[in-house]
Amino acid sequence: MERLFGRAWLVLGHESQVLAPGDFLTTRMGREPVIVVRHVDGSIQVLVNRCAHRGSRVCEGPRGHARQLVCPYHGWTYATDGTLCALPLAEGYDRSPIGVEELGLRRVPRVETYRGFIFASLAPDGPSLLEFLGPLRASFDDLVERAPAGEVEVAGGVFKHAYRGNWKLVLENHNDGVHPAFVHASSIWAARNGAPWDVWEKTGLWVARYGHSWMGDYHDDTRLVAALDHPVFREYRAALERRLGPERTARVLGELRWNSLVYPSCSFMSQFRQLRIIHPIAVDRTVVHAYSFRLKGAPQQMFRDTIAFANVVNGTASPVLTDDLEVYERVQDALTASRNEWVELGRGHGGDVPDRDGTLRGRTGTSEIHIRNQLAAWLEYLDMGGPEGRADAPAMAPQSAQRSEAPRQSRNAPRPA
Amino acid sequence: MTDSTGVSEVERFLYDEAALLDGGRLDDWLALFTDDATYWIPLEAGQQDQLTSASIVFDDRRLLGIRVAQFTHPRAHARMPAPRTVHQVGNVRVLADDGHELRVRSTLVMIEFRRERQRTWGATVEHRLRRIPDGLRIAAKRVDLVNAEGELDGIVAIF
Repeated sequence: MERLFGRAWLVLGHESQVLAPGDFLTTRMGREPVIVVRHVDGSIQVLVNRCAHRGSRVCEGPRGHARQLVCPYHGWTYATDGTLCALPLAEGYDRSPIGVEELGLRRVPRVETYRGFIFASLAPDGPSLLEFLGPLRASFDDLVERAPAGEVEVAGGVFKHAYRGNWKLVLENHNDGVHPAFVHASSIWAARNGAPWDVWEKTGLWVARYGHSWMGDYHDDTRLVAALDHPVFREYRAALERRLGPERTARVLGELRWNSLVYPSCSFMSQFRQLRIIHPIAVDRTVVHAYSFRLKGAPQQMFRDTIAFANVVNGTASPVLTDDLEVYERVQDALTASRNEWVELGRGHGGDVPDRDGTLRGRTGTSEIHIRNQLAAWLEYLDMGGPEGRADAPAMAPQSAQRSEAPRQSRNAPRPA
Repeated sequence: MTDSTGVSEVERFLYDEAALLDGGRLDDWLALFTDDATYWIPLEAGQQDQLTSASIVFDDRRLLGIRVAQFTHPRAHARMPAPRTVHQVGNVRVLADDGHELRVRSTLVMIEFRRERQRTWGATVEHRLRRIPDGLRIAAKRVDLVNAEGELDGIVAIF
């Protein structure tokens, strides 16, 4: 938790959730409860949601608005940048060795945004956000560029689903092209919408440094959303062309990304305007918050399609999602078996193809390259602190994606806790 | 309309519906819905909109049919075995009746058991019931779970 979630850039939300000064949301960064708040100067601050006095949570509820943040316990009052600005009976501290003026809500040391998405890192040093995201930036670009107005906003409610299993299970599953035919056999049968193996084999699967990956060239718009000649889609395309011109519009709509994984905290679908933030609660407990995005300037019907898609894919009672959660729990249960410590992650091993921007591409879309890449990053994050706890060590870049050969540990990886 | 035991036609209908769910007779339960019916479990308390706000479930008759059919597939992992349930319907109130359709509100306590785990649900339920020659059919059903906004494990049971 310290070495990985305490260092990596984590996705916390989107600027549209904290538009006005005083708007805040509460979330978690690994074990840290945090407040994401818009300060009076327009900056976004990320503060540890724990009063400097006796440790109560200061902000309650998933979202809110407050001019100042007031602790419910003894009324310690903070500005929206965490500065302590008032407390009762202040004269009682006049002989205290610690000046109360120095006390405040702890600020998370690094906060940045990319295309409106809010990221933060609990580590004071490490790679910049742009370096961390690397070629995955294109997935965020893709989501935003699809908006005729060039902006997206969070809208339509947040699904919060949970499972009794480790946080890695969901990330290992999202770019797994083999599981749908088995895990979702019943949904596919009931809805009659399966894809043959060939589709998955031909799908592009790329991995990048720091454990990231994305799946591309999966579905064109005729498969899962309004048909290309549908009036709504034509209206949308025309709106997009007004901003980008026909050539760039064709390029934007031609980008067909399925899940993009920002290791270790996020998985999103740029093409379908879904973003999931993964919260590790305990070794065997994970909560996932799933958000929908509205493309500003697009026809209203497009957002209705987004919501209908969200209900079916991310809904807590979704025929699809419930089978994923069931299998995560079965994996978590059975991995406690002691007579076999290994899992097999060898599909596609040895066939990874170096591609542009320092990425590796799986030999086929069903390669397990994304899991090997995640575990290689996991291993390097955990090694960074070292057994002696080199807390000052910079958060180094896992080099996994630059290896032509995956490390042996990750071909047959012991399941980490 | 009240039978000799004092149970109204509406109450009888809701109890019978609950009995179908508890008996695992999902096809018979599905047949209670009109072709234009919706089955809705909002994600937020007081949610007004189904089209631009996400829902735990918002099924039309076709999607509800898929949901029910899924239970019969041998590899419906989360539904095999299906949860055992008790649906306790209470506080039945007819809010409106225009002779064609009735708006009925009730409360539901449902206990579910599956794979060594028991879950308890509480909900306010609103039925829009349509009169047809041989009785009543469900034209819309809305289930407001008291914990709809919470962090919930996957939901498989039908309310």
